[in-house]
Amino acid sequence: MSDDIKYLPGHEPHPRETRRIFRNIYRVGYDTSIKCFIKDGGYETLKKALTMEPAEVIAEVKKSGLRGRGGAGFPTGVKWTFIPRGNTKPVYLVCNCDESEPGTFKDRYIVHQDPHQLIEGMIIACYAVQAHFAVIYMREEFPEAANIMKKALAEAEKKGFLGKDILGSGFDLKIILHRGAGAYICGEETGLINSIEGLRPYPRIKPPFFPAAIGLYGCPTIVNNVESLCQVRQVLMRGGEAYAAEGAQRSPGTRIIGVSGDVKRPGVYEIISGSLTYGEMLNEVCGGPRRGRTFKAIIPGGASAKVMRCDEVLKGRNPDGSVRKMSIFDVPMDLDSIAQHGSMSGSGGVIVMDDSRSMPKVLNNLNRFFAWESCGQCSPCREGNPWMLKLSTRICEGKGSPEDVDLLKSVADNICGRTVCAFGEACSWPTQAFTTKFREEFLALTKPINALKPHSAEAAEARKFLTRDDEA
Amino acid sequence: MSTQPAILPKDAAAAEGKVNVQINGKWYRFPKGMRIADACNSVGVHVPCFCYHPKLSVAGSCRMCLVEQGMPPRLAPGATPTYNEDGYQSISWMPRAVIACANTVAENMGIRTDGKLCAEARRGVLEFLLSNHPLDCPICDQAGECKLQEYTADYGSGTHRFTEAKTKKGKNISIGPRVNLDQERCVLCRRCVRFMKEIVGEEVLGVVGRGTHNAIACYPGKALDSNYSMNVVDICPVGAMTSKDFRFKMRVWFLKSTPTIDVTNGTGTNINLWTREQQVYRITPRQNDEVNSCWMPDDARLAYKYINAPERLLTPLVRTDAGAPQRPSTWDAAIGLVVEQLHKCAPSELAMIASARMTNEELYMVRALAKQLGITKLDIVPRSCEPDNMLKSADANPNSVGAKLVLGKSGSGLATIRRGVRNGSIRFLIALGEDLTAPEAGFTKDDLAGLDYLLCVSHSANDTTRAADVVLPGVTFAEKYGTMINVTGRIQRLNKAIEPLGEARADWGIYRSISEALGCDCVTVIACPSPMMVLEQMAEEFEPMKGLSWGSIGNEGKAIIDTGVSIPLIEREQAKK
Repeated sequence: MSDDIKYLPGHEPHPRETRRIFRNIYRVGYDTSIKCFIKDGGYETLKKALTMEPAEVIAEVKKSGLRGRGGAGFPTGVKWTFIPRGNTKPVYLVCNCDESEPGTFKDRYIVHQDPHQLIEGMIIACYAVQAHFAVIYMREEFPEAANIMKKALAEAEKKGFLGKDILGSGFDLKIILHRGAGAYICGEETGLINSIEGLRPYPRIKPPFFPAAIGLYGCPTIVNNVESLCQVRQVLMRGGEAYAAEGAQRSPGTRIIGVSGDVKRPGVYEIISGSLTYGEMLNEVCGGPRRGRTFKAIIPGGASAKVMRCDEVLKGRNPDGSVRKMSIFDVPMDLDSIAQHGSMSGSGGVIVMDDSRSMPKVLNNLNRFFAWESCGQCSPCREGNPWMLKLSTRICEGKGSPEDVDLLKSVADNICGRTVCAFGEACSWPTQAFTTKFREEFLALTKPINALKPHSAEAAEARKFLTRDDEA
Repeated sequence: MSTQPAILPKDAAAAEGKVNVQINGKWYRFPKGMRIADACNSVGVHVPCFCYHPKLSVAGSCRMCLVEQGMPPRLAPGATPTYNEDGYQSISWMPRAVIACANTVAENMGIRTDGKLCAEARRGVLEFLLSNHPLDCPICDQAGECKLQEYTADYGSGTHRFTEAKTKKGKNISIGPRVNLDQERCVLCRRCVRFMKEIVGEEVLGVVGRGTHNAIACYPGKALDSNYSMNVVDICPVGAMTSKDFRFKMRVWFLKSTPTIDVTNGTGTNINLWTREQQVYRITPRQNDEVNSCWMPDDARLAYKYINAPERLLTPLVRTDAGAPQRPSTWDAAIGLVVEQLHKCAPSELAMIASARMTNEELYMVRALAKQLGITKLDIVPRSCEPDNMLKSADANPNSVGAKLVLGKSGSGLATIRRGVRNGSIRFLIALGEDLTAPEAGFTKDDLAGLDYLLCVSHSANDTTRAADVVLPGVTFAEKYGTMINVTGRIQRLNKAIEPLGEARADWGIYRSISEALGCDCVTVIACPSPMMVLEQMAEEFEPMKGLSWGSIGNEGKAIIDTGVSIPLIEREQAKK
């Protein structure tokens, strides 16, 4: 079937890609209308799902081993079963389209170019958990996607895929689009729920506020990522077992990898989970480093994942159990492999840095992001992030001392694991990893000779105190 | 496996609806659902908290209460748990600390607050809170009762690693008529936000700004002007919210706090009276879950200024000739003069106005005095106010129930006395603790001028004392012991915080002295050495007070009469449980 699909020039899939979710991205002659989607076999999976019992749909998703694509990788089917038994309150489903992790840019393609795929996945998911009201929480930065999605929702309702008694199944569903105001923390599921409720997006404490038990307006709420919901459609389309058979054993299916940074061909690539290593991805698919450069570091799963050095020697295990030495380039791109080496695959945003990059500056940039995006609810994150930013800025400006590098790491250690939400880890992991793995670069900046650019006004100002009066 | 007890502790605890929890190596039993912080504090293991307040919802945001927690190891399928010789399972400790305020106790849970993990977490959180804190303790009113100060001394690191520029926020912001806000001192526990939303029901305060620029602020166009606004000053763990009335007046460590009750309303809000030497500086609510929870209205809180006001009467005053000015006198001379006049007067020409602001003991002495004089025209001044559906009841007298019990009066006879004064049948009036020219009493200055003789006992000068022939200086609630019965029928104690000012004397003693000078020979009256002994006399005489003593009332008081009245705020709080 994929043979007769034509893609826009420059957007053709790489031979090692397997396009499922991204089947219609940059496809020639494909637009966001429902007509186009139905012609391509859209909403057929929904019809199939509606003939099944909701429990069967959940069982199918559980069987598939589908894991969430928002970053944490929690099994989607298991999450759905967390709705308390004997629940009498309404159940809500929220689609997390607040894709705000720096380095992650996969969901935006779906909502911009193939919105009905998401809607169909959502209807199936809502049917499975028996939710009659669902929200697409879309970030502020997608104004065009919001228009597209609104139009798509109206079309789907007109065609009877949404609203009362969907396709004669007796199942009702209303989906609304809710737009955020551009805050990273709204991607955290309980912060997102507070935001929908019109409150400050302070993440809620867990326990007791696990969304599946006490979520939106105190009712059980399932929060799923855009790609996860599209994958639900794939599971139903292909069948749970067939889905589970493909790709890495513990994280089956396809994955969308967004590669950004210092490679020849950055972009989004859909691959079978685990079918490529980082080396194959970066060197083959993305064309390797830019001219004359070598890879220095990789952040494998969005800005908050711990950075990996490219010359780092990792311990891998051969099939016979013996230990072999390997590098980040030998690690397969599934959800778990990279986690064994101290980082995470997260949302699939791979950020690549070559030898032209100053790591303290990279970290400073990340710290600036996290300091601005901290919601300010809990003390360690609120006060720790600006402190880390101030320290890394000072080091980058050459005004730091070697002790400041240790202090920076120590501040991160004090945030990690002590906050209300996972932001505490997200903001402290980069600092912990950068200062540990690239310590020499930080220390180099604390030496005065490297710190001061020779002809800057700043250097002249600093030299004022280094020069004796009688010499002048 | 070693021997196990016949009945496992978990089963024994479950039978009582409790769970076994190990805290710092010792096993305790707590009711199910109890918060870890409350459990630890109840057995003397201190868990520091900023944001957690037992009366408010849990925020869990300050992260100060992080403790190390452990549970029995998860069993493999089909495996049975093993117990040690005491009947407990082993505990596997979690690598991450948990907050003690949001998590509840569970069977065989382990809590450690003396370990490295907990100490480091506390030190870390304090370091963060202090990093952008102005460290202006020397000029901060909260110093001495500041949680940040206390916890830093207890758990902080003692050294300072933050050398960057601090975040600038608003200072000395007037967010209401009685409260000032310093956003830089704030630790953003949001207790004030939750108090206004959950207890008062007015959403006035909120948080603005993101990240380190988070700050408490009023919603646009609103002010923190509720009559309960000053409670945020009490619950603020740091010096962010300060009372405009108290700020810069006195260092709290110089103050003595005396547990007593509020006398501006029938609710009898439990308070602490903060004094230094003979001066009262402030009033704060004292927790009593049956009366006022942890709160009090602002008007009652500020009703202490008259205690040290220049209007206070410090010596007995007498007027020897009609039309002459009052002159200071001595107690013996003044009482002698009163007795001389009273002897001249027929009981039918006498009337006495007492007060429901008196303690039970004073009322008892008033009754004895009335009996000695043969007075039949006796009543109190009723006083009402607008109830606020919170803590203020419609009865503005603090001891109406006591007055009804002791004197059998509730103000209905006041009009008769007024009429008697106006038609000349009453020639001699005794005003005890009441200003008769106040609207609720209803006398005019002319009424009082028309009397042959007016005796007045009062703590402050007013139009009645100015018209009186003899004025005997009594004391305010801050200067006396006694008991009052609130609108719900709860007897509560007043404690003396300062000595009577000048030559003023406790009112009950004044009435006793007059009775004695009039020739009263009743030992239960004249032999009473103290209000506590009066209370014991009363306990024998009045059925509802049977068996009561000063000690048995305690600081929380005792419900003795069922009046059928309840306090709305307390009702709501108990319904929530």
